[in-house]
Amino acid sequence: MGRRRAMTMSLFGIVLGIAFFVVTQAQTSGFEAFFVKTILGTNGAIKISDRFQDMDGTVSVSSVNGKTRFHLNSRENARYIEGISNPRLLRKALNQFPQITGISEILEGTGSLSGISRSQSIEIHGIKIKDHIMVSDLEDQIIRGELNEFNLNPMSILVGSRIAQRLMLKIGDRVTLNGGTGNLQLRVAGLFETGVSQIDKHRAYLHLNTAKAFLGKRFSGSILQLSVKDPTRAPQISAQIQETINHRTVSWQERERVWLDVFKALRISSAITVSSILLLSGLGIFNVFAIMVIEKTRDIAILRSMGFKPFDASAVFLWQGAIVLTVGITLGIIVGLLSTYAISQIPLRIRGIFSTDSFMVNWDSSHYYSAILIAIVFVSIASWIPARRAARIEPAKIIRETL
Amino acid sequence: MSIQYRKKALLEAKNLHHSFVEGETITKVLKGVSLEIRAGETTAISGPSGCGKSTLLYLLGLLDRPDTGEIFLHGKEVSQTDDSTRTNLRNHSIGFVFQFHFLIKELSVIENVALPIRKAGISKEIAKSRALTALTRLGMESKANRFANKLSGGEQQRVAIARAIANSPSLILADEPTGNLDSANSENVFTLLDNLARQENLGVLLVTHNPELAQRCSKKINIRDGLII
Repeated sequence: MGRRRAMTMSLFGIVLGIAFFVVTQAQTSGFEAFFVKTILGTNGAIKISDRFQDMDGTVSVSSVNGKTRFHLNSRENARYIEGISNPRLLRKALNQFPQITGISEILEGTGSLSGISRSQSIEIHGIKIKDHIMVSDLEDQIIRGELNEFNLNPMSILVGSRIAQRLMLKIGDRVTLNGGTGNLQLRVAGLFETGVSQIDKHRAYLHLNTAKAFLGKRFSGSILQLSVKDPTRAPQISAQIQETINHRTVSWQERERVWLDVFKALRISSAITVSSILLLSGLGIFNVFAIMVIEKTRDIAILRSMGFKPFDASAVFLWQGAIVLTVGITLGIIVGLLSTYAISQIPLRIRGIFSTDSFMVNWDSSHYYSAILIAIVFVSIASWIPARRAARIEPAKIIRETL
Repeated sequence: MSIQYRKKALLEAKNLHHSFVEGETITKVLKGVSLEIRAGETTAISGPSGCGKSTLLYLLGLLDRPDTGEIFLHGKEVSQTDDSTRTNLRNHSIGFVFQFHFLIKELSVIENVALPIRKAGISKEIAKSRALTALTRLGMESKANRFANKLSGGEQQRVAIARAIANSPSLILADEPTGNLDSANSENVFTLLDNLARQENLGVLLVTHNPELAQRCSKKINIRDGLII
């Protein structure tokens, strides 16, 4: 009776372990995936900024005594010239990369935006709207106003939602942009919200030419923001681009490494924590089986004397382990699926690194495979050790000792 | 290894030596035992405690291996065969009866008897039918569906004998099968084994401390200090 109870508890542990594993992984990777979507939709997959001073590239060739030598120069300590040079030529070069799906030239700078009663320092992003919507989700991020309004009026501005809140701006309001080469009167054409509070608090979009004139950088200082077909391959594409065009090129993975590492650490730590439930269940099963082997030693010896093989003795424990595992996995997956769905419906308002009003979950089969694999490993070990002990029982020795 | 075929004897042991090792102590239990068991005969092995009777029985029953010597079962040398062959021989050719019945208490009488038949790859239904036949031969058919631990000592030992003969072996090895029974049940069990040997043409090897029973066997072997005297 006690053994059955212990076995049921272990089964319950496997079910909970698998379900918790799936749920925690779905949550952490769900938030991570949403964060990645947000930052890809805001800052693009790759940014090309400053030009390297060593325009000859990283490989130089010399000839000594008739022998050709190649020298590889590290770019770690390379000096940069601010901004890209010759954007048109760069675009032409970048168009040769089939993985690139969009290129947007951006001029970044700072200024002070004044509304009716307040002013605030802002980060200016000069863009060509048609290009920029190819490399960002700006279209979807507009919460008030129209992109078309902005497109038609070169003296218009798109401001972040938090700036608008602070300066109490509405669509159509006139604002003054100070700094750069002087003052600029602009009309608010739209408000956007990325969900990233730092951006929503400080960023405003201007027409590229307007920004160039205002910042006094008509021919230099721009950067390029790119979108790619497969964002997961951005680091490799970024490295290729850097080597080809001699400009500092940064992928989103490199740019957001801190946050990605945080998510990774969360995912791993939750996996380790939840795996301990499965480990404890495995220990429970091991305990039950180990006691069973001790209790059934004589019966096993008698069965061996009747012609049962060592494997027959171990098969009893392996089968029981397999049954517990199969039931545990089946129930665990069902509970995991239902729990993940239930959690995705829980309201949760998050603003900061992204914007969401509910728990984000990621429906990824790899979470289920990982949970199943961990359960299989623990239960297999828990069953295999007692099974091996059962198989090693020497019938003559046990019967002799029993009599 | 060459396989030698011999006639007459069902089981033949030649010059068996066996010892136990515990730490640095080596105890020689059998020091050159030779014997023959024939079909249709009961052979008694007797001797003082610790003289090697049970050890000899386990060697002949292929539960253990001798240090040296040969064992021929149906004329075939089997003492050093691989585990799989020994296991199959135990299942098909040898039936064990021990001093204690060693029935599995979680199983019914018929399930206990059917165990070696099922192991031989026989279907559940046929195995149960054969088990019932074995129980009928021992007068235990009415108790077939009872749990083993609900029977008396004598009944349990009869079920153990039914289990030993369930797979129609040619050899029964009984290690003090009456050692735990009163005189009436001892008589019953011995008579059963003796009848089986005569009627079924089985070889029965019986380890016993009871000199009366030993005397009634077809052949009597005395062991002392690991040697037949």
